[in-house]
Amino acid sequence: MRVGMTLFSFIHQKKVRDLFWQALVLGLTLGLLVFFVLNASRNMREAGIASGFDFLWRTAGIEIPFVLTGYTPQSDNLALLWVGIVNTLLITLISAAAATVLGFVIGIARLSRNWLLSSLAGAYVEAVRNIPLLFFVLFWYFGVIAALPGPRNSIPFFNVAFLNNRGLTIPLPNDAAPFGRAVLVILVALIVQITFAWWAARRRDRTGKIAPVWTLGIVLLVALPVMALTWATLSTGWDIPALRGFNYRGGFVLVPEFVALFVALTTYTAAFIAEIVRGGILAVPKGQLEAAAALGLRSGYILRLVVIPQALRVMIPPITSQYLNVLKNSSFGAAIAYPELVSVFMGSALNNTGQAIEIIAITLSVYLAIGLAVSAFMNWYNARIALVVR
Amino acid sequence: MTIAAHWSQIRKRLFATPLDIVVTLVIAYLLWRSIVPLVEWVFVDATFSGTTRNDCTSGGACWVFVRARFGQFMYGLYPTLERWRVDLAGIILVGSIAALSWKALPYRRAAAVATVLLLPPLGVWLLGGGFGLRGVETREWGGLMLTIFISLYAGLIAIPLGILLALGRRSKLPIIRMIAIIFIEFWRGVPIVAVIFLASILLPLIMPAGVGIDRLARAVIGLGLVIAAYMAEAVRGGLQALPAGQQEAATALGLGYWRATSLIILPQAIRIALPAMTNEFIALVKNTTLVLIVSILDLLGIAQAALADPNWVGMNKEAYAFAGILYWLGCFGLSRVGLAMERRRSQGEQY
Repeated sequence: MRVGMTLFSFIHQKKVRDLFWQALVLGLTLGLLVFFVLNASRNMREAGIASGFDFLWRTAGIEIPFVLTGYTPQSDNLALLWVGIVNTLLITLISAAAATVLGFVIGIARLSRNWLLSSLAGAYVEAVRNIPLLFFVLFWYFGVIAALPGPRNSIPFFNVAFLNNRGLTIPLPNDAAPFGRAVLVILVALIVQITFAWWAARRRDRTGKIAPVWTLGIVLLVALPVMALTWATLSTGWDIPALRGFNYRGGFVLVPEFVALFVALTTYTAAFIAEIVRGGILAVPKGQLEAAAALGLRSGYILRLVVIPQALRVMIPPITSQYLNVLKNSSFGAAIAYPELVSVFMGSALNNTGQAIEIIAITLSVYLAIGLAVSAFMNWYNARIALVVR
Repeated sequence: MTIAAHWSQIRKRLFATPLDIVVTLVIAYLLWRSIVPLVEWVFVDATFSGTTRNDCTSGGACWVFVRARFGQFMYGLYPTLERWRVDLAGIILVGSIAALSWKALPYRRAAAVATVLLLPPLGVWLLGGGFGLRGVETREWGGLMLTIFISLYAGLIAIPLGILLALGRRSKLPIIRMIAIIFIEFWRGVPIVAVIFLASILLPLIMPAGVGIDRLARAVIGLGLVIAAYMAEAVRGGLQALPAGQQEAATALGLGYWRATSLIILPQAIRIALPAMTNEFIALVKNTTLVLIVSILDLLGIAQAALADPNWVGMNKEAYAFAGILYWLGCFGLSRVGLAMERRRSQGEQY
């Protein structure tokens, strides 16, 4: 029985209040959005800016200095968008791979018994993490690469690649087909290795017999790829850059913007990955090592069977978020006019067409889509390798 | 320790195995080859006094350049006669932080609230002018002063908004939780460079006709929104680390949501989250450099602009070295503050 029930006492009911607060917040959010959209559409009408996505099929008319697709200034804006996406993905993949290698080296060096080595690695991490990435991008671009000698006094790498103030000129194979075959061989080897590891793990669980997974892995994933790539390298002619007059002819020029952004992203991200690697290895409890040693495992086995599997579990989620950071940070290229997504689309194309809303929406969707895809994959992967507590 | 004990320590740490000996010697050689020239460039061969580029003849660093442009590095193009206002704002800021960190300050809580409410408008007035002070347009602001300004004001947006978003994400009300999640994941998923572009293009577009937003304010709002999303995740970590019993005990005492949150939950959660929030603030300070993209000249931008001065051609190394060291000192100092807070908390837990 309710005592003292009045007309308005329903406002004391929790359900009613919850509903009220949610409706209020939702109403305010939607109201604000509608307000912004109305203002934007009126402002755009007054400024005479067209809307819609027709502009994607109009000629872009923008010269891009670094193109891997078939883009020319006569292509449409959609092709321009594709150039931006390809350039963003290119710098992201290469920098992320290089940063992973460098980060693992520095992270392991930080744990070295050798005092000089570990403090050097520590100094690197502390120095790099506390300085803005944009500083490094500008420093490498204006401070280092712009100060390199001209083509005539290039810094040679084995006399096939040449670094100068116009970028890094690398040789290009005349025929790409052998490389296609090599990649195919590597893919097949990868599938064989994964299948074998899966079969070996099942057999180990069933019978306790250990198969030489690691030995086969080294053969299939290190020796075979090296051989395949060497064969591909030797079986085709090469377009090796050569100095003609004032510049290099032949080969492929990685523009200075690319080189500067690559070095900055790699060295910066490596410092963060090094910390993750160090944390991951330290996260393996000491008792695990002692238990493994007590079982009579040799140090190689301890590393392979005990330390690495557990450390990787800790390391993979934060390293993934570092990869996403590389993707987002590749947009720092806009500061030195490396033609990546933000700089060609939100910069050049937006200036040309004035269609701010559409262009911003497309650009952000690309980043969000890639980010969501990577997160979804990582969640699936994490769920797979998560420790099963029995 | 005896000399022998010292020696055995050194041997263990540097020369334990043949491989260690090689590694140590190689690193020592490389350090020698790089540090000696560096010290020579920075100190030994450097020129400290003089007024023009021609005074630098020794081949080392030309610190004359930094001295000549020191005003610009600190204040940008802020009118020289009005720079006392920036200094005064800085003194007030440092003074109030010092006073507030004194534990025995009378009415400390009230003073803190007053500081947070009064200082931001006071700062804008001192720097921007109006009401009796000469107006200085934000176009003329720059250098270290602008870096600190953007960090603080974007932080003023990011911290309260981040706390609200974290509470929203932990809320039991589905619609509020959904809005918070969408907001946080959207801003965390897009590059900050794109956000700064976006803020400078979209903010004027979505305002009613006649309402202009200052160029600098756009960058501050854009940065503030992104960092708020990251701040929210830091605060959420603190909220999750808090034992559920705290909320239950507060409810059992008859406290409603807002009183339980503001009196019981948040003070503890934020104390736990402070180191993570400090890290986000460091990220914010580093990301203020991106305003360069919309031609606002903060410390890095001023250093970059100085390279174009025909009177000081070829001063790239000096400009970058000076700006880099200032950034490093600031961010490293902040990270030490974060570490100290973490240590104090873990010590506090032992009692």
